[in-house]
Amino acid sequence: MAKAAPIETRAAPAVAHAGVAVPGLIFGVLAALPAAAVLAPENYLLALGTRIMTFAIAAVALDLIVGYGALVSFGHAAFIGLGAYAVGILAAHGIGELLISLPSALVASVLFALATGAVSLRTRGVYFIMITLAFGQMIFFTASSLAPYGGDDGLTIASRNILLGLPIFKDPRVLYYLVFAALAGTFFLCRAIVGSRFGRVLCGAKENPTRMATLGFEVYRFQLVAYAISGALCGLAGFLLANANDFVSPAYMSWQRSGELIIMVLLGGIGTLYGAIIGAAAYLLIAEFLSQWTEYWQVIFGPFLVLVVLFGRGGLVGLFSQIARKRHA
Amino acid sequence: MPEPVLRLEHLRKSFGGLLVIDDLSLEVAPGELHAIIGPNGAGKTTLINQISGLISPDAGRVVFGGRDITALPAHARAAAGLARSFQVTSILPGFSALENVALAVQARSGSSLRMFGRAAEEEELNAPALAALGEVGLGPRADLPAAQLSHGEKRALELAIALAMAPKLLLLDEPMAGTGREETARLVELLRGIKGRFPMVLVEHDMTAVFALADRISVLIYGRVLASGTPQEVRADPKVAAAYLGDEME
Repeated sequence: MAKAAPIETRAAPAVAHAGVAVPGLIFGVLAALPAAAVLAPENYLLALGTRIMTFAIAAVALDLIVGYGALVSFGHAAFIGLGAYAVGILAAHGIGELLISLPSALVASVLFALATGAVSLRTRGVYFIMITLAFGQMIFFTASSLAPYGGDDGLTIASRNILLGLPIFKDPRVLYYLVFAALAGTFFLCRAIVGSRFGRVLCGAKENPTRMATLGFEVYRFQLVAYAISGALCGLAGFLLANANDFVSPAYMSWQRSGELIIMVLLGGIGTLYGAIIGAAAYLLIAEFLSQWTEYWQVIFGPFLVLVVLFGRGGLVGLFSQIARKRHA
Repeated sequence: MPEPVLRLEHLRKSFGGLLVIDDLSLEVAPGELHAIIGPNGAGKTTLINQISGLISPDAGRVVFGGRDITALPAHARAAAGLARSFQVTSILPGFSALENVALAVQARSGSSLRMFGRAAEEEELNAPALAALGEVGLGPRADLPAAQLSHGEKRALELAIALAMAPKLLLLDEPMAGTGREETARLVELLRGIKGRFPMVLVEHDMTAVFALADRISVLIYGRVLASGTPQEVRADPKVAAAYLGDEME
C-alpha cells in the first residue's frame, strides 16, 4: 500500500515547543566542555567556549525579534558595544563592582533600545533594516570619537568586575560557567516569552499585523517591549565580552558585527532559539579553523553560507531535521 | 428610535482625484443586521475600512455607541468592541485554528504583556475559543494550521474569531466572496444563527444571502447612499432597480 506523502507542516513558532532533546544536547556539551579543556594548551578551549557562548547570548536575543517578530535588526552589535562600554568606562573610573556595572550595561541597552526602537518600529521591512543600521553606526562613530576612552583604539580594562569584593571573573573556569549560566538564563527566558501570551502577540504581528490591529492589539507596543528585551540581553553579552577580553573597542559595534549576528541566526536556523546557539558556535568555529588554515578563509566561508541557506531551509537545524526525516522515510 | 450603535455623519474620502465616499451618512440600529449593497467601486470596502479605522476619512464623523471614534486607531476601535472580517480572508496562517481564535479571546481579556506561562495551555483562553470554533462547525479542525483549511473553512474561522471577540458591532466585508454555492448556504445559516446577538453590518454581493439575512439594506452608489430601508422597500424602490438591481429583481 502506498503511503501518503507526508504533509510538510512547519510548526508555527507559536506552537513549536522548541524541543527538549536538542537544547538538552547543546547545554550538555557546553557543560562538559571544561572537562575536555585540558586537551588544549593554555585554556584555549575554555576561552573559545566562553566566546561562543557570549555571542550565542546575543544571537538568541536577536532570534527573539527576528525569528518571532520578523524585526530584522541590522544594528544589534550596538547593544553589545553599549554593554561592553558600560564596563570599560566604569572601570576607567575605578569602578569594578558588578552590582554597578551590570545594571548600568542593562539600563544603557534598554534606554537605547526604547529610544531607537520608538523610531525604527514605525517602519517595516527593508526600511527597518536600514534605520537600525543607521542607529548602530551612530553609536559606532560615537564610541570611535570618545577620546577620553581610547577613541578608535579602544580601552583596556585593568581588572575584571568583582562581586562585593570577590573576583568572580578571574578564574577562566568560573568565568566559563558564569557565561554558561547567562546563556542558559537567556535561552529559557526567551523560550518562556515566545510561548507566553506576549509571545503570541509578537508572532501574530509577524504573520498579519493588520489582523492583529483589528483584534485590538497595538502591535507597536509589543514590538517595542520585545526590542528592549532583546537589546538588554545583547547588553548582557557585551558586559560578559568586556570582562572576558579585558578590552573594549568600537569594533564590537561595527556593522560587520551586526551582520555576523544575523548570519549566526540564519546559519543555525531562524525562529528556534537553540538554532541561534548552534549558529553562533558553527560560525565562530568555522571562522576559527578556516582562518588558521588560510588567510583567505572568507572565500570558502561565503559559498558555504550560501549553500546552507539554499539547501538547508531553516539553517543547520533545518538541514539536520531534513536528514533525519529522510532516514525515517 | 433608540440611540443607534453606529452613526456615520457626512463621511468623505477621496483617493487622489477620485471621490470614493461622498457625504455619506448612515445609522445602524441596535440588534439589526444592516446590509450594504452596491456595484463594484461603490465604496463599500472603503466604508468598512473607515468604520474599522484602517482608513481615516477626509471629513465627517464616526460615532460608535455614542462616542466619537473618528480619531481612534484600528486597535483602539477593536478594543472598544468593533470586530470585522475581511473581503480577502485575513487570518494568521501559521497559527492553528484554535490559536487564531484564542488570540481573539486574549485580546478581550487584556493582560497580553504576560511573559510567563504557556499561552497554549491556558484553559481560560482555549475553552471560549473552542466554543466559538464549535459554533461555526470547525471544532474537529481546531488543531490544524489555519493555512491548511479550505477557503470556506477560513471564512468560518474569521467568523469564529469575530464571535470570540464578543463584539458590540460586527463588520462583515463580503463573507461569501469566493465561496461555492453549498458553502454560501452554510455561511448564511451560520449568520442566521448569530444574528440578533449583536448588530452587524454586512457588505455582500450575493443578493440571495442579503435578502435572506438583512433587516435593513442600504444601497451605495458612487459613495452615496441611494436608498435605505427594509428589504421589501429596497426591492420596490424604482431608483434602486434602475441603478443597480436590474435583472436580478425579475
